[in-house]
Amino acid sequence: MTDSSSSDTETAELETFRAETRAWLEANCPPEMRKPATSDEDVFWGGRNAKFSSEPQRIWFERMRDKGWTVPDWPKEYGGGGLSAAEHKVLRAEMGKIGARPPLSSFGIWMLGPALLKYGNDAQKKEHLPKIAAGEIRWCQGYSEPNAGSDLASLQTRAESDGDDFVITGSKIWTSYANYADWIFCLVRTDPAAKKHDGISFILFDMTSKGVTTKPILLISGYSPFCETFFDSVRVPKSHVVGTVNRGWDVAKYLLQHERAMISGMGERGVGRPLGQIAADSVGTDAQGKLDDSMLRAEIASFDVDEAALAACAERAIDLAKAGQAHPAFSSAMKYYGTELNKRRYEILMAAGGIDALEWESERSRQGARPRAWLRTKANSIEGGTTEVMLGIVAKRILDLPGA
Amino acid sequence: MALVLTEEQSMLRDSARGLISDKAPVSHLRSLRDNKDQTGFSRELWHSFAEMGFAGLLVPEEFGGSGLGYVEAGVVMEEIGRTLMPSPFLATSVVAASALSRGGNAAQKSEYLPKISNGSLLATLAIDEGAKHRPLQINLQAVRAGNGFRLSGAKALVIDGHVADLFIVAARTSGAAGERDGLTLFLVNPKAKGVAIERTIMVDSHNAARIELTNVEVNADHVLGEVDQGAALLDGVLDIGRGAVAAEMVGLSEEVFHRTVEYLKSRKQFGKLIGEFQALQHRAAELYVDIEITRAATMKALQALDADVAKATSAVAVAKARAGTTATRAVQEGVQMHGGMGMTDQFDIGFFMKRARVCEELFGDANYHTEQLAQARGY
Repeated sequence: MTDSSSSDTETAELETFRAETRAWLEANCPPEMRKPATSDEDVFWGGRNAKFSSEPQRIWFERMRDKGWTVPDWPKEYGGGGLSAAEHKVLRAEMGKIGARPPLSSFGIWMLGPALLKYGNDAQKKEHLPKIAAGEIRWCQGYSEPNAGSDLASLQTRAESDGDDFVITGSKIWTSYANYADWIFCLVRTDPAAKKHDGISFILFDMTSKGVTTKPILLISGYSPFCETFFDSVRVPKSHVVGTVNRGWDVAKYLLQHERAMISGMGERGVGRPLGQIAADSVGTDAQGKLDDSMLRAEIASFDVDEAALAACAERAIDLAKAGQAHPAFSSAMKYYGTELNKRRYEILMAAGGIDALEWESERSRQGARPRAWLRTKANSIEGGTTEVMLGIVAKRILDLPGA
Repeated sequence: MALVLTEEQSMLRDSARGLISDKAPVSHLRSLRDNKDQTGFSRELWHSFAEMGFAGLLVPEEFGGSGLGYVEAGVVMEEIGRTLMPSPFLATSVVAASALSRGGNAAQKSEYLPKISNGSLLATLAIDEGAKHRPLQINLQAVRAGNGFRLSGAKALVIDGHVADLFIVAARTSGAAGERDGLTLFLVNPKAKGVAIERTIMVDSHNAARIELTNVEVNADHVLGEVDQGAALLDGVLDIGRGAVAAEMVGLSEEVFHRTVEYLKSRKQFGKLIGEFQALQHRAAELYVDIEITRAATMKALQALDADVAKATSAVAVAKARAGTTATRAVQEGVQMHGGMGMTDQFDIGFFMKRARVCEELFGDANYHTEQLAQARGY
């Protein structure tokens, strides 16, 4: 095969970038940050009240932020790294090789940022993107309501026009970390007379605004990562609407694609010990060194096959997007499979752990880390659009099957 | 390497698809079957393959080939899978050509590879002996005799065995069945004294044979690679074959899926299109995702083979295992969703189900490759 000389140059430049990136990561990523996060404390979310749980966490975050690598592919003017898709892929691969943690976790990065880059006006981008990149403002998502879950577009939170402001009244549910968030991106009904998809706007406001309250929801895991969020006549300037008033559903859908891509990533864990070896710790091995439970071993091996294949598909999805060949609804396909796979992973971990995986409170069990994480994964195929909704999207938008 | 086809690879796909869909739609296989064709494929079409550079696709240019890689071979296999075209491409151009290119000495390469490239020589690997693919379970004996060896034993599922001009036979020169050491590959003339060939008519109407060797004399210069050290050569050649069959199964799965979705959009029951029923929509959507994931895994495996055959084993195991479960699901859903029509011989869907079953057994089924991955990961 022959490559044109321009692609040769491109390849050479990318290899230089790879070498430089590898060297920089080697020199700058603290050893403590080169293993998977095992607790909520290990994850840095940023925000006005953010605290670092350790010195290496602070160092790693600040170094990455200064390079723009909390958001490697955002434009430099907004605090990003300005990397091309190919360079971003190299950075991800090199971080993966040493097991480097993401320096900053944030709904601003994963969800709002991409939507602002596409739909935000200049003032909104300049105001919000750099603070997301620098971890200064922590965002939450106001989408679902008590009576608008899978049927999200039936949401009822009202935004009534009053001069230059909207006055917002209603409630949201499953608002992730609303009790820690500084700002919210929120779907509100600005035209109750229009058809359900046509009267929705996408609006941003400060969680310290008068009339906002949050109430954590205790889940089966014993944790409260989600809240109920109430708005009682919250006054928000109209300039905080992203995109066009009453066209918020376009923004919402675009953002959901990113949310689904984020959640589907939970199914792939390139780093860390193989599941089979984790299982061997508790189950033991036979004389040949094979896991001493042949049915469990088969289940793990099938899981490993599917996990490796999904990782290839995730890589291909990025490459297809770069080549302009991606189907916009493909993130729904990945979301469905990635979340179901993650649930399988934790069912296996529970079976492998046996009795040891049943302890809920003890130092030994790190306060029941495994059973709580297992229960948490059950939400994966519900949040961000249920598996059933995802399959419906694939059937209608990709396969073009008739009806509804 | 991006997991999408390059422009050149897309052009190759278009030309392969053009030729295959035009000259060898599923009706081509049907007519070979119905006429009990003696050859089992079209020699005329094979000459077109050679003229287009496909027969020698993997053969280095110095031996008259196209010098392309495994991703390109996969592109052609996928198109073959779409129409179930019976072709010597897999046995001759992928497996045998790889064995000769990777294991052959200068004389062997210059004797055989140009003939593979111009379409005049058909070759095949004879490996399996038992009901399941177990590449180390080889009992066919090769004992030293005079200036060479004497081979005795039997092989099954020898693809194109009744039309091949050259067998590459995996034999045991020392050790016991199951051991890695002691395997040797031999180039055997099918017309040699002591070779008995029985064409086996298979469920998928593709070519295969059982062969039996009784004291077949083979010269020492017909050893391919090193005596007793054939396992490593075999590993690579088999992985190349597995990657190619996985690609065929991706093409097959996608085609059967495409036909099934079209049927869901045209068949009416209870006063509506059956594709409106959510029970079928969700199953179709799941199958779509399965096929996309398997396609990516297969592409990954073929790229890994192009990068370094010796390091591709795990990626190939993932691809072939996924291809097996995905194709099985695709053909089963294909028949089920076509209802009674899917059970008729008149409809093509059954041909896909039959070929998928054979592809699943070829070079190891999903269970075999899942086990390989578990062993590679050390649990």
